[in-house]
Amino acid sequence: MEDLHNGTWPDENDQPQDNPRRNFLKQSSLLTAVALTPAVAVKAAENHLDEKVAAVFEKLPVNVTVNGVKHNLSIEPRVTLLDMLREQLHLTGSKKGCDYGQCGACTVHVDGQRVNSCLTLGMMVDGKKVTTIEGLAKGDTLHPMQEAFIKHDGFQCGYCTPGQIMSAVACVREGHAGSEAEIREYMSGNICRCGAYPNIVNAIQEVKNGGQAV
Amino acid sequence: MKQFQYVRPATQQAVLTALVQPGTKIIAGGSNLVDLMKHRVMEPDKLVDINKLPLRAITPAKSGLHIGALALNSQVADNQQVITMFPLLSQALNAGASAQLRNMATVGGNMMQRTRCTYFYDVAMPCNKRNPGSGCGALAGFNRMHAIFGTSDKCIAVHPSDMAVALAALDATVIIAGRKGERRLPFTDFHRLPGNTPQFDNHLASGELITAVEIPNNNFAKHSYYLKVRDRASYAFALISAAVALDIDNGTIKGARLAMGGVAHKPWRLTAAEKALVGKPATLASFEQAAQVAMQDAKAYKHNAFKLKLAPATLIEALKHAAGIA
Repeated sequence: MEDLHNGTWPDENDQPQDNPRRNFLKQSSLLTAVALTPAVAVKAAENHLDEKVAAVFEKLPVNVTVNGVKHNLSIEPRVTLLDMLREQLHLTGSKKGCDYGQCGACTVHVDGQRVNSCLTLGMMVDGKKVTTIEGLAKGDTLHPMQEAFIKHDGFQCGYCTPGQIMSAVACVREGHAGSEAEIREYMSGNICRCGAYPNIVNAIQEVKNGGQAV
Repeated sequence: MKQFQYVRPATQQAVLTALVQPGTKIIAGGSNLVDLMKHRVMEPDKLVDINKLPLRAITPAKSGLHIGALALNSQVADNQQVITMFPLLSQALNAGASAQLRNMATVGGNMMQRTRCTYFYDVAMPCNKRNPGSGCGALAGFNRMHAIFGTSDKCIAVHPSDMAVALAALDATVIIAGRKGERRLPFTDFHRLPGNTPQFDNHLASGELITAVEIPNNNFAKHSYYLKVRDRASYAFALISAAVALDIDNGTIKGARLAMGGVAHKPWRLTAAEKALVGKPATLASFEQAAQVAMQDAKAYKHNAFKLKLAPATLIEALKHAAGIA
């Protein structure tokens, strides 16, 4: 189990909401949903599929602790953990890169284990603890791995970075950061298009050799 | 992704009952199934999540090791009993996928994963496995990744698992639960060749559930090796892989188990080559001869002829590592 939850946690409602692009996306998604839902329902009803309409829109409860905060959510079974985090909890740090488990940008910890959230159904984290990149820092104090990524310039565009950092923390905790070769092998599920790999390896080695609690 | 129903039964009996409904699929780790559902290659009406079943344990069996079907790939790879008794299995698991995926994928799910043939994955293409009777896109298409053993004119896809290659070499047994009770199947008989019915990857009947695999004790732990050759150093499917296990006494091979991955619709056990090794000295010459035997029935297609050279070379290299003469 991870021991990340002993600091003070920002409530999800305290997430910065002043990003205009993000707000635009959220509003436009909502409008799209409003525009689409009745049409689908009407079409289904026309086909005498009333019962199926109920089944199609059935949502199921998920009780999950994310970054120390308990949430009682209601989702369609086909919603992935990544979409649940980004669209319902507005935790957009976990990135949607490939969405097929090939790039690692969506990496989060579930009960302390790193997984691809894009291939995890939201339903399957019911009763579990999820940690995202938003949950690593303690208030304004960055996690040692975040500090090391900054110090060693472990990124360029930054899109893969949340996944890299979540994976890197797990890599050290698992005891798979013993050498450069081992780090490269155990970080192979995180692709960096900018090619920051040497600096990422340096950052991980510094945290590992520094012996700080991760 | 298409809409589907989702249930999470608490007992094996309830899982088996839920599986009766047509269009139902089991989900364990989901690392391949969710991917296939996103691509609309598989579109189940209902998912039965089996994660509540107590099938996660790795325990000593009567004469070997019992590995629950829900044991995670990372859990098996890092298990001390596995590393001591069957290091080949641990190596094969660590050669597969990524650290994240190994934390999700289960032993049963790994066995049930589908081919990564690009024609199977692209729903706009013909594929007898995905859509029986539609033809095989790979046969005259881009078939660099495809099979060289046991193919048919209906399908030349390969099974993608590394774990399964090791389990085939280690004489594992699959334990399967059904509504009529339990049955056991040799691991090498679990997966099928494509023949005229490539839509069936294996012999698990609809309504059945894999509950465990068992590996018998052996004398191979000292001299085994899993070698995987791929397009990049890590996190890629095998072009060729070789799982080799030798019982060497005073320089003489007393027993051998050999299997290859990336070459057939199932993990490809090389029984003739195994026989060719028994009684021979553990030398390069013996290994080269066995590799020649191993390749007797191989047949290449337009883009994968390189496998006819790479496969024996991989096998020989793995044997050298296992024997300690690499």
